[in-house]
Amino acid sequence: MKRIYLDYAATTPLHPEVFKVMKPYLLENFGNPATLYSYGQEARQAVESARDKIAGLIHAKSEEIVFTGGGTEANNLAIKGVAQALEKKGNHIITCAIEHHSVLGPCQALEKRGFAVTYLPVDEYGRVSPESVGNAITPKTILISIMHANNEIGTLQPVAEIGRIARQKGIYFHTDAVQTLGHIPVDVDELGADLLSTSAHKIYGPKGVGALYIRECVKLAPLIDGGEQEDRRRAGTENVPGIIGFGRAVELAEVDMSGEAQRLTELRDRLIKDLQATIEDIHLNGHPSARLPGNVNISINYVEGEAVCLNLDLENICAATGSACTTGSIEPSHVVLALGRNRQLAHGSVRFTMGKWTSAVEINRVKKVLPGIVARLRSMSPLYRQDRH
Amino acid sequence: MAGRFSEYSEKVLKIFRNPANVGVINDPDAWSFISDPTRGVTMELFLKLDGTIISDARFRASGCGATIATTSAITEMLKGKTPEQAREITDIDLAQALELSERKHYVAELGRELIAAAVDDYRQRNA
Repeated sequence: MKRIYLDYAATTPLHPEVFKVMKPYLLENFGNPATLYSYGQEARQAVESARDKIAGLIHAKSEEIVFTGGGTEANNLAIKGVAQALEKKGNHIITCAIEHHSVLGPCQALEKRGFAVTYLPVDEYGRVSPESVGNAITPKTILISIMHANNEIGTLQPVAEIGRIARQKGIYFHTDAVQTLGHIPVDVDELGADLLSTSAHKIYGPKGVGALYIRECVKLAPLIDGGEQEDRRRAGTENVPGIIGFGRAVELAEVDMSGEAQRLTELRDRLIKDLQATIEDIHLNGHPSARLPGNVNISINYVEGEAVCLNLDLENICAATGSACTTGSIEPSHVVLALGRNRQLAHGSVRFTMGKWTSAVEINRVKKVLPGIVARLRSMSPLYRQDRH
Repeated sequence: MAGRFSEYSEKVLKIFRNPANVGVINDPDAWSFISDPTRGVTMELFLKLDGTIISDARFRASGCGATIATTSAITEMLKGKTPEQAREITDIDLAQALELSERKHYVAELGRELIAAAVDDYRQRNA
């Protein structure tokens, strides 16, 4: 049975066209871009060309793009870099409760160093109210960081409005666009972003490479010292094949984006509708329409997400869950809990994320097998009978 | 939101695919119910005794793959034992029997509590 991959938000397969352009830079064109001879200069030109492509997609200047070792590093660089550069000006950061751990982690680390962080709540759909952002600003606020779209529930945040508030107050605004770049339009000026994080492997590029957009006026301290690379904002020899792959992935995404977004939105909405029709007591997590095109996240009452995913895996379907069992923590998904769901529903969350190679036939297979899996697990669940009788 | 199914032993997967003794016993001689909402685990055990020997055991469970497999394995282990012998089963016994990873050891601990609660219930009914 062919494996059905529905975890594109976790990572995507490398596009063959991306691999094709990367391969020469793993083999014959191996030069260090910091060197002066032709091997190095060829690599330098290729890196700069990739930088131009990424800048072009988000309507930035090439010199505003800093390559990193991925989205997590980009988020760390944005938050810790601004905090360190502006610590004499203020020590307050505003973010929200459902950010990715690569935003929450740096914020928590800064709290230990004396910074104050406001974690704004979200509504039942996972949206931050721009008004609450405005109300949280103090004279000590140096950074606002609100993600463009949530990785678990797919909810799109009102980032442009938040960006406007930040601009009016003269506070730097960072947005984590790891889940949106290449999937929906990302324009740093429209979003009012001063810093914006991206990652290659969510758009059919290689793992281990990302980029941080840093508006040219933004003051930021590097996390990694010891070299002149990336205009002294990120020391270390560039991941040349990775960066070149990222550039090609961006080019391909730009061509496919609007058609793919429409195709995936249709698949998404049909899957949600059909699951709601065939399985009772399931709850859509995230916003019904302001959500990523390929994201379906449901809480299935009375069962545990990991058991659902394990059964799906036995059917050769790869899906994710916000259940604690799979993350190593005790608590289930902080995102689903922040929507106001109880723990039982948070443990019952299952995420399907679709992408370039997801077909209607694959989605139909999910629709066919999931009701049976849920029925079987519910027949075993003491919670199911207790609530119903 | 990553999965870690590879940590499961073949034993866990085999039982998870086809768990034995799912269901309830009407009018049981012993019953226990353990719930850990934080971890999303619920286990329920029903025992029937023939004299002092556990003759039938059934379960219901909600939780991860290890939870369902462990609760099912408990029902198989208890049959033929006296309540006193059942009480001697430790979390380590359960973890070894199912080859649970260290990260899933809490499931074995909850399983031991489930057995202990059922034996206590039996003792109370027969006090």
